[in-house]
Amino acid sequence: MIEVKHLNKTFDGHNALTDISVQFPKDQTTVIVGPSGSGKSTLLRSLNFLERPESGIYQFDSDEIDLSQPISNKTILSIRRRTEMVFQGYNLFPHLSVLQNVMEGPIQVQKVKKAAAQQAAIDLLGKVGLAEKASVYPSQLSGGQAQRVAIARSLAMHPEYIFLDEPTSALDPELELEVLKVLLQIASEKQSMIIVTHNMAFAQQVANKIVFIEDGHVLYDGGSDAFFETDNQRIKDFISAMTFSNI
Amino acid sequence: MWHIIVTSTPQLIEAGLKYTIPISVISFILGLVLALVTALIRISTKKGAFWILKGIARFYVWLFRSTPLLVQLFIVYFGLPYLKIAGLFPNGIQMSPVTAGILTFSLNTGAYCAETIRGAILSIPNGQWEAAYSIGMTRTTVLRRIILPQAVRVSLPPLANSFIGLVKDTSLAASITIVEMFEVSQQIAAQNYQPLVMYCLVAALYAVVCTALSWLQGYLEKVTSRYVTTSN
Repeated sequence: MIEVKHLNKTFDGHNALTDISVQFPKDQTTVIVGPSGSGKSTLLRSLNFLERPESGIYQFDSDEIDLSQPISNKTILSIRRRTEMVFQGYNLFPHLSVLQNVMEGPIQVQKVKKAAAQQAAIDLLGKVGLAEKASVYPSQLSGGQAQRVAIARSLAMHPEYIFLDEPTSALDPELELEVLKVLLQIASEKQSMIIVTHNMAFAQQVANKIVFIEDGHVLYDGGSDAFFETDNQRIKDFISAMTFSNI
Repeated sequence: MWHIIVTSTPQLIEAGLKYTIPISVISFILGLVLALVTALIRISTKKGAFWILKGIARFYVWLFRSTPLLVQLFIVYFGLPYLKIAGLFPNGIQMSPVTAGILTFSLNTGAYCAETIRGAILSIPNGQWEAAYSIGMTRTTVLRRIILPQAVRVSLPPLANSFIGLVKDTSLAASITIVEMFEVSQQIAAQNYQPLVMYCLVAALYAVVCTALSWLQGYLEKVTSRYVTTSN
């Protein structure tokens, strides 16, 4: 399990995250929601050290990292090799074909043999419904296709956790749906995921657990059902505003 | 006039094949290696004593971009023999004209290309670094597999500029006694009193070489840009 305790992060003196303590259980999907600029992406990016919090404890199973101390590259690398990140802007490698994008990590990082990596990549592209796109370059894909390749790229590493940072925010509703279907499928296979999203309907459907962040503070941390049935007026307002924006 | 052109062109081409082209190619290859190393040092995030190397890299680029190439050639070929270092170079640093030329041209073009390569690396979106890091790649692997292959495409046009510029700049080697293409044209003009014809002829030969390089650039751009667009 991944857990952070008393995590703090500032940007130029401004508190982005204040005293965050959250658990992200294994084999479950945790969804982080909150207004824009609330710090939810920063929290997610802190979990694989794309952001560096100033203080707090980061615990991954039995490994405990004191974030206020200098952290070695080796430690960062070991965390990154147990997790994967899917970005809002896909960030596929444009100079590599779709198939090569999915094979690159296993070959370069995990030293998997090329033939085995290729077969696994073909299988994964089939899983996300893009087997026929294996040989094209990312520039020839729609946004929804690109994001599904990014998901396949992360699955290829067999990560313990996948972090998804607003994976469908750049997509129109139709393309969003094709990505969400894939994510629901993966969630049903007990892949541990932490998802930052604005899509409340999707959050409700996929989340085992919801974390609501506002102004860098955790306002809610608990079950999905309880979140959507809460009496907390702030959360009710947020949900209704988000739901409206999704119409 | 045709007689002059017909008789002197082979001499000019011979000088081009013997000096202009080899000096250009060798200097550019050495310069590129130097440029890549310099650029990688300058973008390095390493801390500690590494700042010394970074300082040297910055100083090198500054020095060779801030002084004229002709002056650099004179310092290396005519000046360094007077730099006597006891134990190491008791008789000054002496080298053949070609060695001095290649050394100077490499250092000069390396300084410009270093900035080209550094700029190309910096132009690759941060998301590429983040995606590669998230996969668990080391910085070296990210550079080698993800960033540099994309930077090559971005840096091709300015690098071709540098190479084409270098080919023409090798005419300055005439001033340190290398009998390259331009020097031969000067020698012939001094004999036949036809400077206009001779210098136009040698200009045309430089243009031929540089045109070929432009074509090569176009070809390389096409090869390295395959992934960018779908239509061409």
